[in-house]
Amino acid sequence: MLDIKGLTRRFGSKTAVDKITFSVAKGEVVGFLGPNGAGKSTSMRMIAGVLEPDEGDVLLDGHSIVSNRRDAQASLGYLPEGAPLYLDMTPPEFLRFVGSARGMEKSALGGAVDRVTADARIHSVSSQTIRSLSKGYRRRVGLAAALIHDPPVLILDEPTDGLDPNQKRAVRALIARMAPQKAIVISTHTLEEVPAMCSRAIVVDQGRMIADETPEGLAALATDGGGLEAAFRDLTDQSVEAAA
Amino acid sequence: MSSLAEALRGFRATYAREIGAYFGAPIAYVFIIVFLLAIGLFTWEMAGFFETGSADLAPFFAWHPWLYMVFLPALAMRLWADERAGGTDELLLSLPVRMPGLVLGKFFAAWTVAAVALAFTLPMWITVNALGSPDNAAIALTYFMSLLMAGAYISIGAAISSLTSSQVTAFVLSVVVAFLFTVAGWPLVLSGVADVAGTGMAEAVARFSFLTHFEGAQRGVLELRAVVFFVGVIALFACLNGLWATRKRLG
Ligand SMILES: Nc1ncnc2c1ncn2[C@@H]1O[C@H](COP(=O)(O)OP(=O)(O)O)[C@@H](O)[C@H]1O
Ligand SMILES: [Mg+2]
Repeated sequence: MLDIKGLTRRFGSKTAVDKITFSVAKGEVVGFLGPNGAGKSTSMRMIAGVLEPDEGDVLLDGHSIVSNRRDAQASLGYLPEGAPLYLDMTPPEFLRFVGSARGMEKSALGGAVDRVTADARIHSVSSQTIRSLSKGYRRRVGLAAALIHDPPVLILDEPTDGLDPNQKRAVRALIARMAPQKAIVISTHTLEEVPAMCSRAIVVDQGRMIADETPEGLAALATDGGGLEAAFRDLTDQSVEAAA
Repeated sequence: MSSLAEALRGFRATYAREIGAYFGAPIAYVFIIVFLLAIGLFTWEMAGFFETGSADLAPFFAWHPWLYMVFLPALAMRLWADERAGGTDELLLSLPVRMPGLVLGKFFAAWTVAAVALAFTLPMWITVNALGSPDNAAIALTYFMSLLMAGAYISIGAAISSLTSSQVTAFVLSVVVAFLFTVAGWPLVLSGVADVAGTGMAEAVARFSFLTHFEGAQRGVLELRAVVFFVGVIALFACLNGLWATRKRLG
C-alpha cells in the first residue's frame, strides 16, 4: 500500500530526513515516533506530495509521488500538522469542498459527506462554523476530510497533539475503526499513543530511522527495563551521541 | 476536452469556496459599498457630473483605473496570503489537482465580486440616458474594457498575495505594482522617461500602461491590442501565481 524508499530532504546544509525506508501494508497502523525536529513532518509532507524529496521516492498504492503525483495523491488521505481548516465554513461545506476539489461526482459527494460525518462523529456540529468548534472537533473534521475519498493510505501528522484526554480518546477510536481497511501512519512525539493504537513503531531521530519494532519489541530494547519510555530515551540518546 | 477538464479539476470547488468566503462574510458587501461610494463621490463631486449636464459617462470611467488600483488589491489580497497564514495551503498542495484549477477558481471569484460592484453602477448609465442621448454602444464597450482591466488588476493582486502570508504586505505590494502599471501612461511619467531615456523608451513604457490601453475604450473605440494586452496581463500573472503558489513544494 505504502512504500517509502530512501526518502531524503535537506534544508541548506542540514539533512532533515535521511534515507527513510519502510513499507506499510493494509491493516497496519504504524506509529512514526521521534522528538521534536526529528523530521516526522518533513517526511510526511514528502509522502503527501506537498514537499519535493531531494532523493528517494514514495509509492502510494503503486503510484510514485515523484513521477505520478496526482494519482499517488488520489490514493492518500493526509492530515497536516495542526489540522488546518477553512474557519469560515461549516464542517459539511468544508467536506464538500475537499471532495469536490478531489474530483468526486456530485452524486457520490452527499453520501461520502454523510459517511465521514458519521464516522468522525461530527454530526452534532454540522451547522456551526469551524471557527466556533473546539480543538477536538476541529481535529475530527480534519480527519473526516482526509477520509472523504475513502483512501487506502492515511498519513496523520500528530492527530492527537494538543487535545485533552477525552478528545484524544475520540480521535483514537476513529483511527481504530479505520484501521482494518487501510495502511495508516501516525506521527507523534509522545509515546502514550503507541500501545494505544499502533501495531508497529518506527523511531526517527535527526532524520534517520533508528528503530522499526512492534511496541513490545521497542519496550524490550530499554536497557534498564523501563518500558517504552526508557527505550525511546535510550534510542534517541544514542543517536545524539553517535551524531556528536 | 477531458484533458482540459483534468487541468481545471478543482476549479468549480475553488470558485464556489471563494465566492462563499466573499459573500459569507462582510468583505464582499463592504467592498462593493465602499467602491460605489468612492466612485460616486469622485464622479459627482470632482468631475461635475451634474453641472456639465453632458450626457456621457466620461468623468465616471476616467476614475476606474485609479480606483481599481487601490480597491482591487484589497479584494485580492486574501486569496493566497490567507491560505498561507492559516496553513491551508498545505491542504491544497496535497490535493490531486493541477494549479490552473485553483488559480483560476480564485481569480474568477474575485473578478465576480468586481463585476457585481460594476453592475451596481448601471444606474449611472440609466441616468445619462434620462439626461440626454448618449452613445450606448460606446458605453457598453467601455464597461467591457473596464471589466477586463479590473481582471488584470485582480490577477496582479492574486499573484502577489501568493508571495506572502500577510494580507497587509500583499495589499501594499500589489498597490505599488498596480500603480506602476497604471502610471506608466501618465504624461508626467512619460515626459520624465522621455527626458531621461529618450522618446523610444517612453513609448515602450507606455506600451505597458493600463491608462494608455484604457484610453481608446474611453473614447468608445474597440482596440484589439488593448483586449490582447489586458488578457495577456491576466494570463501572465495567473502563470506567475501558479508558480509562486507552488514554491512551497521546493521547500
Ligand atoms: N521549510 C523548512 N526550512 C528549513 N528547515 C526546515 C523546514 N521544515 C523543517 N525544517 C527543519 O527540519 C527539521 C525537521 O523538522 P520537522 O520535520 O518539522 O520535525 P518534526 O515534525 O519531527 O518535529 C527541523 O530541524 C526543522 O527545523
Ligand atoms: Mg512535526
